[in-house]
Parts: sequence; C-alpha cells; structure tokens
Amino acid sequence: MSDASTDLTPYAKSIGIRIEGEEDGAPVLAFEFTGDVEGRPEHLHGGATSGLLETAGYALLRKELQQRGRTHRLKPINITVQFLSAGKRRTTYAKGRITKLGRRNANISVEAWQDDRDRPIATAIMNILMAGE
Amino acid sequence: MSEPHKFDPSQAAQFMLRHGHSSALGLEYHDHGDDWVELELPWREDLVGEADQEILASGPIISLLDMASGLSIWTANGKFVGIATMDLRVDYQRPARARSAVIAHVECYRLTKSAAFVRGYAHDGDPEDTVATMSAVFMSISGETRNV
Repeated sequence: MSDASTDLTPYAKSIGIRIEGEEDGAPVLAFEFTGDVEGRPEHLHGGATSGLLETAGYALLRKELQQRGRTHRLKPINITVQFLSAGKRRTTYAKGRITKLGRRNANISVEAWQDDRDRPIATAIMNILMAGE
Repeated sequence: MSEPHKFDPSQAAQFMLRHGHSSALGLEYHDHGDDWVELELPWREDLVGEADQEILASGPIISLLDMASGLSIWTANGKFVGIATMDLRVDYQRPARARSAVIAHVECYRLTKSAAFVRGYAHDGDPEDTVATMSAVFMSISGETRNV
C-alpha cells in the first residue's frame, strides 16, 4: 500500500496506465497511445480516456486519505466526463484536484491533456462515498 | 427483412468490436432493436478494480456504455456517421457481482442533425437491478466516413 504504483487496479495496468510522477502533491497518471486505447482510427477511445481520468481521481483520493491516516472503502457514486477535443496518437496525462474532502464524501475534478497542459482534451467530475473508517 | 445497406449492429459488431479498445476489453454483441443496442463485457481477471476481489472495474463499464451508445446511434440513424462523445455521465448503483459479466443496454432516444442523445444502463443478469445508469450526448463529425 505504501508504493502508489501498487494501488493501480489490474484494469488500469491492462490499458497501460502508469504513475508518471507527482505535481503539487497530486499523482500525475499517463498512458501511451496503443491499440488498446484506440477508438476510431488514430484517435483515443472515449472510454479509455474516461478510465484514465477516473483512475487519476482515485489515485489522488487514496493518497490524500493515506496521508491523513484514514482508511475507507471507496464507493463510486458517479462520474461526468466532458470531451473537449479528440485525443491523438501521443501520450495522455491526467491529474486530479480535490474540490471537497468530507467525512463521508469527496468531490474530485480531473483533467486530461496531451501536448498542451492548458488545453485539456477531457475533464471529469467524480463523487465518491467513503464508508467504514 | 432489413433494408439494403441499413446499419445492422449485429453485423457491424463483427469488425468494430475486433478493433482497438473494444477488442482489448473483449466486448461482445448481445442484442439490438430499432434504436437500442446491447453489448456484453465478459468478466476477465485483468479487468477487475481491486486485485483481491473478482469484480469488474468501473472503467471498462464506461467503455462498454460508450461503445453501446455509438452502436445505438448508428442503429437509430440507419447508417454509420462519424460521431464523437461530448458529454457522458455514469451513476454507479452498486458493484457488479464477483466473476459476473456486465451487459449494457443503450437507447438513442433523439437524433438531431448535429447531436445524438442516448441513455442506458448496465446490469449483471437482472435488468431491473442495475449496476449503473448513464446518459450521454454525442456530436456528429462531418466528413468522417470511417468506422470506430
């Protein structure tokens, strides 16, 4: 549990998601463009982009809870994804920001980008319930 | 029976689901109607959300719903058009059961010249006991003739 990379789910690993580093205390996740994440030819599949966003949101929340010495079962409530531009054949990154961390629920926003950090290709908002501390 | 050249998801799935991300997840055609499509995400050990539990992760379920959305749009439209997801929302009611496949049912309830509106749900055997519900909006991409 101490090594953040071991927190990646088997699903995340299967589509090539890795922990790229950390920025302002938040894990930056990434995957390369491979056939496993391709939708229409030469473009990222929206589902794969959503998976990267969601994984980045969980990585951030788990890290934050761990730092506070809190252990919970996380229950996903929902995710809303906005697709802003087509993902191309290059590395995609994602990083989350905790908008609210309460006793029972968390609200997280996540951005995914490729070349230009200031022009995200997709954003997501996630609500997560935290049970059984 | 069916009109010539009318988009048939059971036929299209034969090649669309054997390419890229859908193929990596092992998505399979399940059923369809005039404006809806059902796809199945078989359980697989490397698609689970927690290493010590045998429950499909939420990520592949989003992909399943997204892919069923596209097919429902082409089915309702009667032909393939280039589309891109604009906005997609998934509400999770509960985790899928251990080692259970998940089936997505998505209907395209409204098509305009520039947008397609879909809603659907995912279940693991009983459609009344949903794992997730979703709604999404897709936009058409003009000049795009290749498939997803």
